[in-house]
Amino acid sequence: MIPEIGTGALLVALALAVYGATMAALGARWGRRALVESAQHAALSVFVLLTAGMLLLVYAFLTFDFSVRYVANNTNLGTPFYYRITALWGALEGSIVLWAWMVGLYTLIVVLRHRTSARELYPWVLAVMLGVVAFFLLVMTVPAPVFARMVPIPADGRGLNPLLEDSGMITHPVALYLGFTGFTVPFAFAVAALVTGRVGDFWITTTRRWTILAWYFLSLGLLIGGWWSYHVLGWGGYWAWDPVENAAFMPWLTATALLHSVMIQERRRMLRLWNLALVILTFALTLFGTFLTRSGVIASVHAFSQGSIGVFFLAFLAVVVLLSLALIAWRWDTLGAQGELDSVVSRESAFLLNNVLLVAATFTVFFGTVFPLLSEAVRDVKVSVGAPFFNQVNVPLFLSLIFLMGVGPLIAWRRASLENLKRNFLWPVAIGVVAAAVLRLLGVGSALVLLSLALTVFVAATIALDVVRATRARRSMGERTLAALGGLLRRHNRRYGGFVVHLAVLVVAVGVTGSQTWSVHTETTLQRGQEAELAGYRIRFDGLRESQESNHGKVTGRFTVVEGRGAGTVLQPAKKFYPQEQSPIAYVDYRLGLIDDVYLVLGDFARDGSSATVKFQVNRMVSWIWIGGLVLTLGTLLAVLPEPRRKAA
Amino acid sequence: MTRWWRWLLPLAAVPVLALLAYGFRLDPRDIPSPLVGRPAAPFTLTSFDGAPVTLEALRGKVVVLNFWASWCYPACYEEAPVLEQGWRAYRDRGVVVLGVDIQDKEEAGRKFIRDFGLTFPNAPDPTGRVSVDYGVYGVPETFFIDRQGRIRVKHVSAVTEPVFRETVETLLAEPAPGG
Repeated sequence: MIPEIGTGALLVALALAVYGATMAALGARWGRRALVESAQHAALSVFVLLTAGMLLLVYAFLTFDFSVRYVANNTNLGTPFYYRITALWGALEGSIVLWAWMVGLYTLIVVLRHRTSARELYPWVLAVMLGVVAFFLLVMTVPAPVFARMVPIPADGRGLNPLLEDSGMITHPVALYLGFTGFTVPFAFAVAALVTGRVGDFWITTTRRWTILAWYFLSLGLLIGGWWSYHVLGWGGYWAWDPVENAAFMPWLTATALLHSVMIQERRRMLRLWNLALVILTFALTLFGTFLTRSGVIASVHAFSQGSIGVFFLAFLAVVVLLSLALIAWRWDTLGAQGELDSVVSRESAFLLNNVLLVAATFTVFFGTVFPLLSEAVRDVKVSVGAPFFNQVNVPLFLSLIFLMGVGPLIAWRRASLENLKRNFLWPVAIGVVAAAVLRLLGVGSALVLLSLALTVFVAATIALDVVRATRARRSMGERTLAALGGLLRRHNRRYGGFVVHLAVLVVAVGVTGSQTWSVHTETTLQRGQEAELAGYRIRFDGLRESQESNHGKVTGRFTVVEGRGAGTVLQPAKKFYPQEQSPIAYVDYRLGLIDDVYLVLGDFARDGSSATVKFQVNRMVSWIWIGGLVLTLGTLLAVLPEPRRKAA
Repeated sequence: MTRWWRWLLPLAAVPVLALLAYGFRLDPRDIPSPLVGRPAAPFTLTSFDGAPVTLEALRGKVVVLNFWASWCYPACYEEAPVLEQGWRAYRDRGVVVLGVDIQDKEEAGRKFIRDFGLTFPNAPDPTGRVSVDYGVYGVPETFFIDRQGRIRVKHVSAVTEPVFRETVETLLAEPAPGG
C-alpha cells in the first residue's frame, strides 16, 4: 500500500508542477497576478508531496519492505540503521528523488524570498524552477520509478553497495546535490531576464548569494568526495580525473568564473552576455554531470545502472541548451557592454584572464572526458584518457590562476599606475622569491613544486599586506587592533570573505602540491612480530582477528606504530567480506597528521594470522586539503553575511 | 540592421549533443570474453537438493550454464521463467540447463527457486570458485557450452526466449563428437 501512495503522491506532484509552471508563465505573459499566486500554491504543494514521497521511501527502507525493488536492491536485513536512511540516495532512483526534493525546496525559498522583491522576473523564475522540478518528477515516474514493485518478493535484499557504508556517503551526495540544484536559481533568473528583456544588472545582484551558496556546496561536495575516496577506496588518493569527478568539477570551474565576472558587471557594466552564458553553461554542466552518471554512456566507477533514463536527460539537456541559446540570440542587441576596457594592466583584465583560464580548464576537462566517445565515433577505436593528460594540461592553468588570485584583488580598476603596482606587489613578490630560495636551500628540487609553493606564498603575502594596511588605517582612526580587524571583516565582508576563500584555495593547493610530491608508499609481507620501515616510521604486525558484523564478515589486522610521530598508535586495517560482493572490500586505517598521514591497507594474509601483506603509505600534507574545506566554510559564511546598514551621516 | 547570424548560435551546441546521443549506441561494458572457444572449466558442486552436479558428466550434451542470484532484479527474475521453459522444451533433445547461484544466501536462493518453480539443477557456489573460473563480472551471465565441452557463447544480461532457442538450436545442429 505504501508504495502505491508514494507513486500517487509523485504523480500528483508532477501534474501540479506542470500546472504551476504553465500558470506562472501565463500569469507573467498576461500580467495576471492571480495565476502567479495559483502557481505559488502549486509550488508549495509540490514540495509537500515530494517530502511525503521521500518520507514514504524512508519508511519502506526502515521496515525492510523488499516488495519495493529499490529497497530490495539497496538494503538487506543486516544493513545498519543509519545506512538504511542514507540508502535513500544510494542508487539511481533515490538520488533523483533527493535531487527533485532539493529543487522543490529551493523553489519554495525563492517564493518566500523573491515574490515581492523581484516583481517582473519572479513569475518567470517560478515557471523555470517548476519546469525543472517537473522534469525530475517525470524521470521519477517513467524511466526510474522509485516505488516500482518486485515480484515475487525476495527473502532478503541485496544490500547497499558496501563502499557507500561510510559517513562520507551521508554527506557527500547531499552537499554535491545542494550545489548542483542550487544553480537552478541563478539559471532561472537568467532565463527570466532574457525573456523579459530586463538583462540589466538586477538579476545578477539578486542571485549573487545564491551563486555563492551553490558554489560553496559544490566545493564542499567535491572535497568530501575526495575525503571519501581517500579513506574508503584504499588507494591513498583523493582525485582520479574519473569522468564523474570531472562532471562535478566542470560546473565548479564555470561557477568560479561567474563569481568573479559578476563583479565586473556590477562595477563596470561589462560582460552581460558573458555572465548569462556562464550561468547557462554552469546549469547545463550540472545536467551533463547527471547525464554522464546515469546514462552509462561513459564507463566510470560512479556509473549507476542504465536504462532509458539517459535519453530523458539528454533530451532535457538539449531543450535547456537550445532554448537558452535561442533566447540569447533573440536578445542579442541588448546585451552589448556599456563600459569598456581601458587598459590591459587593470583589475578588469586580471578578472577577464581569470575567466578565460577557468573556461579553458573547463573545456580541456570536457574534452578529456568525452574524448573516448569522440574517438569511438570518428575512428572506431576504444581509448581512455587518464590522469596524465588532465594533469599536464591543467597544472599550468591552475598555477596561472593562483598567480592571478594574488594580482586581481589588489590591482587598480580601469588602469593600474606604476605606483599602484609597486605599492601592492613589491613586497609580496619579494617574499615569494625569498620563499622559493629558502625552499630550494631546504632541498626542494622540482621547478614546478618551487613555482607552486612560491606562488602560494606570494598570494598569501598580498592578502596579509592588504589586511595589515587596512587594519592600520582603522587603527589610525583610534580603534584597537582587534576591533579594527573585526570591523574590517564586518564592514567589508564581501571582500574579506573572498580573501578567506582565497586562503582556503591556497591551503588546498599546498595540500595537493605536497601530497603529490612527497608521499611515499611500499608494500610488504610481514610475519607476526616483524617490523617494516618507511620514511622514519616503523610499524609492527601484531596479528589478525576475525569477526562477524551484522552484514559482513571481517578480518582485522593489528599494526602498532613503534617509531615516528604518534608512536604507540594501533592501526587496524581490515578486509570486509560482503556476501553480495565478489571481492573483499578494504577498510583503511590511518593516523592523520598535519604533515604526515600513516595510512595502512591490508592485503593478502595467512588465515592463521601468522603473516599479512600490508600497503604502507606515508602521505604528506593531505590534511591541508580537508583544513582548506573548513577555511572555505568560514570564508563563505563571511561573504554571504548580510551587508551592514550604513548609518546615515 | 538584423544580425541574422546570431540565430546560428544555438546550432553551435548541436554537434556536442549529437556526440552524446551517439554514446547510446555504445556499451562500455561490452567486454569480449577470452573464454569463448575454449574448453569450459570443469567443476563439481552440490545442488540445493544435495545431489552432486558435475560438468564433466554432461559431456556430449549442450549445457546452458547460468549464473544468477536472488537479489539480481530485474534481469534474473526476467530470465528465470525463460530458462525453465527452455529446460522443459529441450531436455529430451540432449540439453541441460544448469543454474549456479553466486554471492547469495542459501535461504534466499531456495526461495527464489521455489517462487519460480525451477526444476533444472541448481547449485550454490559458496566459495565463489566456479564464478571466478568463468570470469563472471556480474549476474546474470550465461555460458552456452557445446557437446564437446567448449564455451561457444557468453551472454551478459537476461536470456530471452529467442536467444535461448536460437543458440541451443545452432549447437544442437552441429554433429555430435565422435559421431
